Amino acid sequence: MKNNNLYKYILNIADNTLILGQRLGELCGHGPSLETDIACTNISLDLFGQTRNYYQYAAKLKGKNCTEDDIAFLRKEHEYLNVLLVEQPNTDFGYVMVRQFLFDVYHLLFLQELQKSKDQTLSAIANKAIKEVSYHYRFSSDWIKRLGDGTEESHQRTQNAINDLWTYTDELFHQTETDKSIIEEGIGVNTLKLKEEYYIRVNKILQDATLEIPESKYFQKGGKQGMHTEHLGHLLSDLQYMQRTYPNMQW
Amino acid sequence: MSEEQIKELEIQFEARIARDEKIEPKDWMPEKYRQTHIRQMSQHAHSEIIGMLPEGNWITRAPTLRRKVALLAKVQDEGGHGLYLYSATETLGITRDELLEQLHTGKAKYSSIFNYPAISWADMGAIGWLVDGAAIINQIALCGASYGPYARAMVRICKEESFHQRQGYEILVTLMKGTQEQKNMAQDALNRFWWPSLMMFGPTDAESPHTAQSMKWKLKRKTNDDLRQQFIDQTVPQAELIGLTIPDSDLKWNEEKQQYDSGEINWDEFWQVVKGHGPCNKERMKARIAAHENGQWVRDAAMAYAEKKEKRKTNK
Repeated sequence: MKNNNLYKYILNIADNTLILGQRLGELCGHGPSLETDIACTNISLDLFGQTRNYYQYAAKLKGKNCTEDDIAFLRKEHEYLNVLLVEQPNTDFGYVMVRQFLFDVYHLLFLQELQKSKDQTLSAIANKAIKEVSYHYRFSSDWIKRLGDGTEESHQRTQNAINDLWTYTDELFHQTETDKSIIEEGIGVNTLKLKEEYYIRVNKILQDATLEIPESKYFQKGGKQGMHTEHLGHLLSDLQYMQRTYPNMQW
Repeated sequence: MSEEQIKELEIQFEARIARDEKIEPKDWMPEKYRQTHIRQMSQHAHSEIIGMLPEGNWITRAPTLRRKVALLAKVQDEGGHGLYLYSATETLGITRDELLEQLHTGKAKYSSIFNYPAISWADMGAIGWLVDGAAIINQIALCGASYGPYARAMVRICKEESFHQRQGYEILVTLMKGTQEQKNMAQDALNRFWWPSLMMFGPTDAESPHTAQSMKWKLKRKTNDDLRQQFIDQTVPQAELIGLTIPDSDLKWNEEKQQYDSGEINWDEFWQVVKGHGPCNKERMKARIAAHENGQWVRDAAMAYAEKKEKRKTNK
């Protein structure tokens, strides 16, 4: 495929929104209140919408009648290129909000840069998505403050989630060989340049929320190369169930 | 207030209803009118949020991205309807917490249809087409209800429900154009959901304890049996159009009455499910109570944070 690098780069972006959207979708109907339930579903819907835009573009690059659903449902586990953070489970609402917040801060910074991409389609998708993600960021950072500075129990639960999920933050800025070549072409985002600003923003909200910033210097990565945590396989067995059980049908 | 004064207010109240005037939250109303409305409106709200569960069961497994997004949006709408209806019920002087408490302790009921399992993708079609279809027939009749907030909620909700119904039907249309396996899946879903959908209109008029009073107050504008007949007459041709067979061997067109004659509903099953012994009653309540209890610390945190913030503001 001529645009193989670009294709892979798009998956790198869109698999994040697919997997996080799927995780949030699991919660629908089970939220802590009707308001938060509706809001989380809303975020899930936004993320799936963005995913579809990216995949439709990727499918076009691939050609040969490839569709968004082939890309979403018919890859092997190691072919999904999302970061490890977004596949982490919905342990409790604290984990859900911390995962969301740690991703949203990155996502917003990322899209701001992607808007400047030389690739017009990616730039247009980013331009549309950024409005949605600004809301996600506001929602999750407000909840981090409520939970962190709420009750003793909520503080402890949220701190636990921060401590556990912190290890997945560094991967957001990791660059694969594909990333590097796409960045050189002026299409991709140089994530290394986002890192400092990311931690400044995250730390500021955590401080406001009276939460401690973990000191750990040990980080996990691998998702971008298709090496995932044990959680992804289970998520995919749900996601892919229909397409795998009833192949080659129209729905 | 003396008995005589109350009597006078009641006469005026009945006259307003007779003139088709809307009753608003601050208007005087008989206590029984208030209680009946709290019961029916909250039952309706509970049905919306319990109704999120069977379809929610398929969000993670929807077969395509387009279907997934549509299903998510649909279930979200139901949550929105629940929110809207709880707020409308609160105008009668009861809180959402109290209403949820009634649901969780089993004091309040919700539509029995949601105690049936959603076991295949085709059920997403059948639920949208039949369950939302039956709900619309019930709810259109309620758009003219005498209590203003309820009537207005119904107008808005009906618009979204009719979109859901078309969406459900379209899922089945697609399956019926597909492979034999898909056609079987669709037929199987209709077989399981047909009779429970007919039961959604409630017991026969002769067995319905609240009908007479509710008709008088225009909380109900047509009887259960009339609405059920309307549903059958409307739905049978839709099934035939796409090659689905209604699972009722007694079903046939009655030329004289210009409507369908249909078989007897299994009322034993109806009462069994209403009394809490349907296939999923326990699971639905468990899921609902778990969501509520697991969310307690989150709601507490939001409250505590809001209080702290308020305090900080006044201390400044």
